[in-house]
Amino acid sequence: MARLIRVVDSAIDFGEALDAVAAPENGAVVTFRGDTRNHSEGQTVQKLFYEAYEPMATEKINEIVDEVQERWQVRDFAMIHRVGEVPIGEASIFIVAAASHRAEAFAACRYAIDTLKQTVPIWKKEYFEGGEMWVGETPGATRADPH
Amino acid sequence: MHIESKKVAPTTIEVSVKLFAGAAELIGQRELTVTLTPDATVDAAFTALAADHPGIAAMRSILRFAINHDFAEPDRVLHDGDELALIPPVSGG
Repeated sequence: MARLIRVVDSAIDFGEALDAVAAPENGAVVTFRGDTRNHSEGQTVQKLFYEAYEPMATEKINEIVDEVQERWQVRDFAMIHRVGEVPIGEASIFIVAAASHRAEAFAACRYAIDTLKQTVPIWKKEYFEGGEMWVGETPGATRADPH
Repeated sequence: MHIESKKVAPTTIEVSVKLFAGAAELIGQRELTVTLTPDATVDAAFTALAADHPGIAAMRSILRFAINHDFAEPDRVLHDGDELALIPPVSGG
């Protein structure tokens, strides 16, 4: 049973995560990779910036993995989240769930990313042309500073 | 000579407050200390913080709180040395 949880401030090493979950018991390895995309709600995004509350972020991710391993037969699990500036096209998160069968691995991977977005203290700032915004903080407010 | 220490109930407690994302930008600091009366709640700590930094009051409705890395309701009582975090809406992933 392997578990790799990491918050890093440079490019994510996908190979490290895949290697961490490799085991002869696993017949299914499901991954989720979240990349910085160049648009959000009709605006052009230039880059993202992530901030984490450590060590709470790592503790909450561990709680998610505890839950995942209890609910599904997921033997090995890896989650790496990048913080700091993440350029367009680069990954901010990489999740790997490895289990005997695919149904469990898919469910666990999906649950992990959905729950992370609810409970893990990590924040994302979007940079637009002429403005910037912490996602979710100012619903309905003007995104861009006109100056 | 042995000096007997007398146990005196503290008249104040100190709580360290951690700030993130928009809350940190609003206040201009990532960490500060608030001095409170014993039995002060999370809500009382926020009120004390907002007295010094009025801008943060507008964020109250979207904030969650954590004490020593665990999410905590606003009516939770704080203790001397606790770490209180203001948690704006999270957006990881």
